[in-house]
Amino acid sequence: MSASGSQQGMTPAPKPEQQSPWAEAEGRLSRALRELGQTSWVVTVLAVVVALVVGAVLILAANRDVQASLSYFFAQPTAFLETSFQVLREAYSALFRGAVFDWQAPSAARSIRPLTETMVYSVPLILAGLGIAIGFRSGMLNIGGQGQIILGATSAGFLGYALSLPTGLHVLLALAGGILGGAIWGGIAGVLKARTGANEVIVTIMLNNIAIYLLAWLLQQQWYKQTGSNQPLSSSVDESAQLFSLLGSGFRLHAGFLIAILATIGVWWLLERSTLGFEFRAIGENPEAARTAGINVPKATALVLVIAGGLAGLGGAAHVLGTEYRLAGGVAGTLGFDAITVALLGRSKPLGTFLAGLLLGGLRAGGVLMQAQTGTPIDIVLVLQAVIVLMIAAPPLVRAIFFLPHADGRPRIRRRSARRKTEASAATSSARQPELQTASTSKASSAEPPSAESPSTSTQEPGK
Amino acid sequence: MKLELRGVTKRFGSFTANDRISLTVAPGEIHALLGENGAGKSTLMNTIYGLYSPDEGEILLDDREVSFNGPGDAVAAGIGMVHQHFMLIPVFTVTESVALGYEPTRAAGIMDMAVARAKVLEISARFGFDVDPDARIEDLPVGAQQRVEIIKALSRDAKVLILDEPTAVLTPQETDELITIMGQLRDSGTSIVFITHKLREVRAVADRITVIRRGAVVGETSPQSTETELAGLMVGREVNLTTAKEPADPGEVSFEVRGLTVLSSADKVVVDDVDLSLRRGEILVIAGVDGNGQSELAQTILGLRTPVAGSILLDDQDLAPLSVKQRLASGLGFVPEDRSTDGVIGAFTITENYVLDMYDRPPYSGGPGNAALRLPVMREAAQTQAERFDVRMGTVDDPISTLSGGNQQKVVLAREMSRDLRLFVASQPTRGLDVGSIEFVHRTIIEERDKGTPCLIVSTELDEALNLADRIAVMYRGKVVGIVPASTSRDVLGLMMAGVPADEAQAQAATHHTVLAEADEQAEAEENQ
Repeated sequence: MSASGSQQGMTPAPKPEQQSPWAEAEGRLSRALRELGQTSWVVTVLAVVVALVVGAVLILAANRDVQASLSYFFAQPTAFLETSFQVLREAYSALFRGAVFDWQAPSAARSIRPLTETMVYSVPLILAGLGIAIGFRSGMLNIGGQGQIILGATSAGFLGYALSLPTGLHVLLALAGGILGGAIWGGIAGVLKARTGANEVIVTIMLNNIAIYLLAWLLQQQWYKQTGSNQPLSSSVDESAQLFSLLGSGFRLHAGFLIAILATIGVWWLLERSTLGFEFRAIGENPEAARTAGINVPKATALVLVIAGGLAGLGGAAHVLGTEYRLAGGVAGTLGFDAITVALLGRSKPLGTFLAGLLLGGLRAGGVLMQAQTGTPIDIVLVLQAVIVLMIAAPPLVRAIFFLPHADGRPRIRRRSARRKTEASAATSSARQPELQTASTSKASSAEPPSAESPSTSTQEPGK
Repeated sequence: MKLELRGVTKRFGSFTANDRISLTVAPGEIHALLGENGAGKSTLMNTIYGLYSPDEGEILLDDREVSFNGPGDAVAAGIGMVHQHFMLIPVFTVTESVALGYEPTRAAGIMDMAVARAKVLEISARFGFDVDPDARIEDLPVGAQQRVEIIKALSRDAKVLILDEPTAVLTPQETDELITIMGQLRDSGTSIVFITHKLREVRAVADRITVIRRGAVVGETSPQSTETELAGLMVGREVNLTTAKEPADPGEVSFEVRGLTVLSSADKVVVDDVDLSLRRGEILVIAGVDGNGQSELAQTILGLRTPVAGSILLDDQDLAPLSVKQRLASGLGFVPEDRSTDGVIGAFTITENYVLDMYDRPPYSGGPGNAALRLPVMREAAQTQAERFDVRMGTVDDPISTLSGGNQQKVVLAREMSRDLRLFVASQPTRGLDVGSIEFVHRTIIEERDKGTPCLIVSTELDEALNLADRIAVMYRGKVVGIVPASTSRDVLGLMMAGVPADEAQAQAATHHTVLAEADEQAEAEENQ
């Protein structure tokens, strides 16, 4: 029995046509996405806290000194605690100094450099993350950030060294090429979904692979890479196509960060203030109602993925034109997948995505210094990311860990969910129970004062 | 078996769904539980059936206190339940369905279908059910599926049978058969708890009536009470069960459906060569049991489905080339059948839902290509209309999901009626609403009619059809069986809903009254005295 039917209460309506299993799966997917989008700030911040704790355990377990102190733990337990404290302080302070502010640096310029590095790392994450976030808000799980970034980088890079144009024009053209590359890659998935109902998850994953091998092939073609060597590396982007530096030499921070800020504002306007964004959100929340209201759902679906791809492509372009300057097989690293984390962490909101991009950029930048100074493997950063995603995907887990109250305190919301439960037919109501609690709890906790959002990690500070 | 509840209380968080409910169902009694949507009837029954455990109070069977850890315990103790939504598997046969959950087995765990089949036959024979044990569930009409559920409960020796809104999906004739069955069960000593919000049925079958409102018992009464008294108890204030309306003053024909044929996604004919014509200032109700093509007809008029044959004409203009958006913009008001999936977007605010099909045109948007939303204009319009339609809400910026079903429907109506309409189509406009909201919706539709708009209303509730309609078209298996005046009797309409042509139905109904129709006549006679 369909949940919607039971919600109706007394008058049952066995739908004349049974929903196909595909449609049902789609429904479940969009419901899950919606819940992810509604995860509260508190859960997000606590997820980061949990991640840092898990990271701490791993750092300790991997550290020789700590292992040694464990061998005489019973004779001298304080030694273990002291060593552990020492190790953690060093590791996390190195992470902080690498990401935000280095108070041990010899000069003032050097001490703020980590923050600018964080911003550099965050540029492609923010741009691609915004693309993923638009998809989430429109009910689409765009896993194709990676492919779209690669296509953006591939087109922007090529235009950057193959053409010779005056400075301003060249960089604009290269950026536009990047947007177009990503938009086409996203658009393929969008049109396929709109026309044939193909599942965008599968299509975008496959397009990721195609993009990787397309780039690998191109890097063997002389007409494309224009280097004259056999190395699978392209030649360098002309200076006229490079994104200009914001702080002069000694810093890598480039104009891409301004683009990321503008894109964040633009995406906010698109989603919250434009008619197109209204359609996007409508098909994301309830495609049936959108269709009944006359919205052209296939067209909007295709447009969502075109725009999402364009943003990811712009991210790839900014990465190549501002940081990398040349194309290699691994130019995109894991940016496309990190962007999904960024969008999730940012709760699919533009500002949230921007801050989450900075956080992940900071972890990246700080991880480098942490490895160099304390020998803690940079892979810890991956673990932190993974734990964050895990926690955000399972809000009840976070609540259980921190003994967060369930939605009591908010009688109105509470009663709604209870009444719905009352009317829901037996089987469905018991199955729906956790979902209802999730919804009401996240609402309740998001109503808490903003002080609850105070950064629990020092790395988030710069974004505020 | 005697079922007794003493002070049963069930809370969900701070919300009390059942508040110290006490009631006694004597052996061999049909006890009706009457209440509006959300009054707590289903919660109470789920508590008796072991799906919930009560926070306070006790349940007694034959004066012995019992506590159930799940439906299994309840079934073992002799309680059977027929849910509002049948719990049947479409591809199973009747025998398999009945056996499901207590499969009789032979050695080595092989199922003994012969035993199960014999049981089905035995119970069918005992109560005169006409059910083929080898038929597949999906091939059976809804009434027969319901009998399978009842057989299933009886096969487990249910002494107390709970029927949750059993008539909601039945034609009047099927309802009649169910009433006969309930009588037989009562005479054989089974106690029946009959949950409903339909006053007419309660008066026809119940031995005793308990009315609940907002989770608490507000009265116990006998079936001799009038419908108005029962409705008053149920709602807590006086209600008008029929909406006063002037006779229609139909103008010229402005909307026509000619030879319309529509296929389902599985290529089955769902709307079969339908002809309709509608005059200005007239309400035509499409009656029929759910699933006979009415929903598809409405969707085709909106443009969500493409017909394979026939045409739809509004003021002599063929709608075929127009998209949904164009149809809505050219003066079609549409209230979809399933409010929560098709009518509103739960997570959107009241404002956003109010402009859901007008957001992309002035005054709600502007700038080049109407690209930018004008939030203040949207909000103000929503505020004004919400007040006009008496929507009970916090602010227009609250998500619409925080409103009750009735208030959500008012927002939908406000939206669709804010334009100048040339045609108003509503599918099940009052499904799941409380009595007060139903009154409001009906009045609003009649006002729209009086403005001269042709109104096409799809309804599976006969009461609603009789209350609203100027003419009634009955659909059965995709075809229009006949179009009759609103003064047609319930019996005739009921027969037509089962596919009997209008004149034949007239003849049959003259010789055979349904129980409900008789109860009606009796009530009328009483009121006249």
